[in-house]
Amino acid sequence: MSSRFGDDILSIEDFRGDRSYHIKPGALFEICQTLFEDDTFDVKFLADITSVDWYDHEDAAAGRFEVVYNFYMLSHTYRFFIKVRLDESNPRIASLTPIYAAANWLEREVYDLMGIEFEGHPELTKILTADDLEGFPLRRDFPLTYEVPQFSFNKDDPPEVIK
Amino acid sequence: MGVIKKLPIYTEKLPGGGLILTSLETVINQAQAKSLWYLLFGTACCAIELMCTGASRYDFDRLGMIFRATPRQADLIIAAGTITKKMAPRLRRLYDQMAEPRRVIAMGGCTIKGGPFYYDSYSVEKGIDHIVPVDMYIPGCPPRPESLLEGCIHLQEKIKKQKLSDWQEK
Repeated sequence: MSSRFGDDILSIEDFRGDRSYHIKPGALFEICQTLFEDDTFDVKFLADITSVDWYDHEDAAAGRFEVVYNFYMLSHTYRFFIKVRLDESNPRIASLTPIYAAANWLEREVYDLMGIEFEGHPELTKILTADDLEGFPLRRDFPLTYEVPQFSFNKDDPPEVIK
Repeated sequence: MGVIKKLPIYTEKLPGGGLILTSLETVINQAQAKSLWYLLFGTACCAIELMCTGASRYDFDRLGMIFRATPRQADLIIAAGTITKKMAPRLRRLYDQMAEPRRVIAMGGCTIKGGPFYYDSYSVEKGIDHIVPVDMYIPGCPPRPESLLEGCIHLQEKIKKQKLSDWQEK
């Protein structure tokens, strides 16, 4: 895979037996199409799509958001990851739904919780959170709120919501 | 008199006579208390305890409680487990589909006040009493089957004490 897509792969990371390929965002669709169609790779199974928010982290210079694609090669019984870094100002990436039908709901989940937009997705709407929830709750800067519990010493006070 | 002595305790006896009288209120309350068919509404780990209570070791059936899979046949919802904000309208819809008289048991900390998700949660409803009126709260995380049984017995006691004159549509 390194020899085939040498220019588009930024770095390769090995961690406890799992191999991750950090690639350029623009090359994702092309690489995945080749992986799917080429018999030497034969990657037919997109297991999962997740995302990471590197907000306020020392690695954030490469891009705040990271989308992680979890692939599994059934013929070789081998699992690997493709990671893409996206900029904070424009978190957009090509959708994999034309290649993998499994990407449909997985990309909707990533959009719902992290706010990454997938271009070319047939129906990019909320899938998990309540319809009236605004914002993307798994982002690090999502505001946390809680009510002050009512005990005997403050039971007469109105419920206070701290934001 | 031998027959009368063997009759259940709620039968009211006149002293020295063969007549057995009871009130309509007592009959209705007994019928409601002893056949609480509950709607299965298990959404989290409390449902495991609910299943355990329904199985042979604790035997919910001896209280007259049988699970129903449809709200049309149920008298009681045992809300067992975390209710998310997305699930809340569904719970209200199921409650609205039940026939009167209907009752709700809030089982576990999540249904009472959000439980461990009270702080910093964007998705969990902080107590189902925001959605439906609750008759009995059973604390615990999750409550043991003994707690659930005791809560149901308390609910039966509550039903037996109700007055027909107080009845109103919730």
